[in-house]
Amino acid sequence: MCFSLTAQHNHDEHDGHDHSHAHDGHDHGEHAHDADNHGAAAHGDEHHANACGMSDHHEFDPGELAFHHVSDQNVYNIGPFHIPLPCIMWVPGQGIDFFSSGKFDGDSHGNGTKAYKKYVLHEGLVQRVPDFPTDELVDIGAHSVVAVKETVDGTEKSVSYLCYNGTKYKAEDRSTLDAGYFGGGLTSFHDLSITKNVLSMGIVVFLLGWLFLGIAKAYRRREGMAPKGMQGLIEPIFVFIQDEVAKPFLGAKWQKFLPLLMALFFFILGLNLWGQVPFLGGSNVTGSLSVTFVLAIVAFLVTNFNGNKDYWKHIFWMPGVPAWVKTILTPVEVLGVFIKPLTLMLRLFANITAGHMVMVIFVSLIFVFGKNGTSTLGGYGTVIPSALLSVFMMAIELLVAFIQAFVFTILTASYIGAATEEHHH
Amino acid sequence: MVGSIAAIGMGLAVIGAGIGIGMVGSRAMEAIARQPEAVGDIRSNMILMAALVEGAALIAIVMSFLVS
Repeated sequence: MCFSLTAQHNHDEHDGHDHSHAHDGHDHGEHAHDADNHGAAAHGDEHHANACGMSDHHEFDPGELAFHHVSDQNVYNIGPFHIPLPCIMWVPGQGIDFFSSGKFDGDSHGNGTKAYKKYVLHEGLVQRVPDFPTDELVDIGAHSVVAVKETVDGTEKSVSYLCYNGTKYKAEDRSTLDAGYFGGGLTSFHDLSITKNVLSMGIVVFLLGWLFLGIAKAYRRREGMAPKGMQGLIEPIFVFIQDEVAKPFLGAKWQKFLPLLMALFFFILGLNLWGQVPFLGGSNVTGSLSVTFVLAIVAFLVTNFNGNKDYWKHIFWMPGVPAWVKTILTPVEVLGVFIKPLTLMLRLFANITAGHMVMVIFVSLIFVFGKNGTSTLGGYGTVIPSALLSVFMMAIELLVAFIQAFVFTILTASYIGAATEEHHH
Repeated sequence: MVGSIAAIGMGLAVIGAGIGIGMVGSRAMEAIARQPEAVGDIRSNMILMAALVEGAALIAIVMSFLVS
C-alpha cells in the first residue's frame, strides 16, 4: 500500500494537472524549483485559486493523507489503473440513481472533472451538490471541488464547496447513521454503492469460498490419506481453532457454533490480509467501523439468542451475593451485555486502522523531511530509513492481522460459552 | 493536533499499554524459566493477553482522535 501511495503521487506529478495553469507541484515536493515558488507565503494562491477564490492547494498534511487512505472510496485505484465502481445513490423522496463512478472522469487522486445528476467526485468519495443547476453530465473542470476548514457550531470541520461558472455551491458528504458523533450525520442522500470496501469483501468471500470448497473436495477424494497442498496449510489452523478455541470455551455444544467461529476467524483474517497486500490499492475493510460493527452485532445476537436461563439470571439477579450487592451489579451487568461487543468492534477497528495509518505516515516521512521539495538531502536521505521502517511495520501488521482475527474469535467463543454453559453449583 | 490535550491523552494511553504489556511479558518469561516444557501454552496465552491490553490502549487512542 505504501508503494502504491508513492506511485500515485509520481503519476500525478508527471502527467496530471496541467490543465489551465503552470503547475509547479510544490505541494508534492518532487522536483527542485526556483526559490520564489516556495515558502508558506508564496503558496501561489494567485496561480491556483479558481474563479470563486478558493484554492485546493495546501501544504502537505500527513494526517489528512492518512485519513484519506484509510477511508472508503467510490473508485478503486490500483497504481495507474482506475477501476470505476457502480454507484447507487438514494435520495429520500427522489428515488435511486444507478451509474458508474467512471462518469466523473476522475484522476489518480479521485477528484472528478465532471458532475452528473448533481453528484461530484472529491478525493475518491461521491458528494452531492443539492443546489446544482442541472442533472446532466457537465464538465466542471479540475480542482473545482475544494474542502475548506470552517467553524460549524463551535467545532472546526472540513466543508466542501464546488465552484462552477463562478458560483459557489455547497457539496455534502454521504449520510452516516452515527448521529454526528464521528463527524457524520444525515444529509440529503444515502450512498448505497458498491464501494472499495464492498468490492474487497466480495473478492475475499469469493477467494475463501474457492479455497475451502476445494479443500473440502480434497478431503472427500483423499479420504484416509495424508493431507496435500492447501489442505496442509489450512488443516493446522482449522484444528488449532477447533481444539484451542471452540472445545475449551464452548464445552459440549462446540459443534453447533464451530461454523460461526470458523467463518468469523477466516473472514476477518482474509480481510486483514487483503488490506496488507502492497500495490493493491490499500483497501482497509476491517478498519471501517461499519464492517466491525456488523461483526460485533453478529456476535451479540448469537450470544444473546443462545443465552439460557442461568445466563440471564446472572445478569439481572446474580445469585450468591447479598441483596444490596445484587442491585448494584444489575446495571453493571446490563451495560456489560452491550459493552462487550462494543469493545470487540473497537479493538479490531483500532488495531487495523492504526496499522494502515502508520504505514502511510512512514512514507509521508520522506515528504516531510524533504520539506516539500526544498531539501533534496532530507528527501533522499529519508528514503532508506523509511523503507526499512515500512518493511518492519508490515511484518508487525501481518502478525497483528492473525492476532486480531484470533482475539475476535476467542472472545466471541468465550461470550457464547458463558451464555450457554450449564450451571454447576 | 500539535499542542492539544488529545495528544497528551494519547501519550498517557500508550504509557498504560507499555506497562501492561511489559508486565505480561515479564511474568511470561519467569513462567517459562520455571517450567520450560510449557513454553507453547505460555506463549499463546501471553500473546492473547497482550492483544487484549493493546486493544484497550488503541480504543483510547481512537477516542482521542475523535475528540480532537
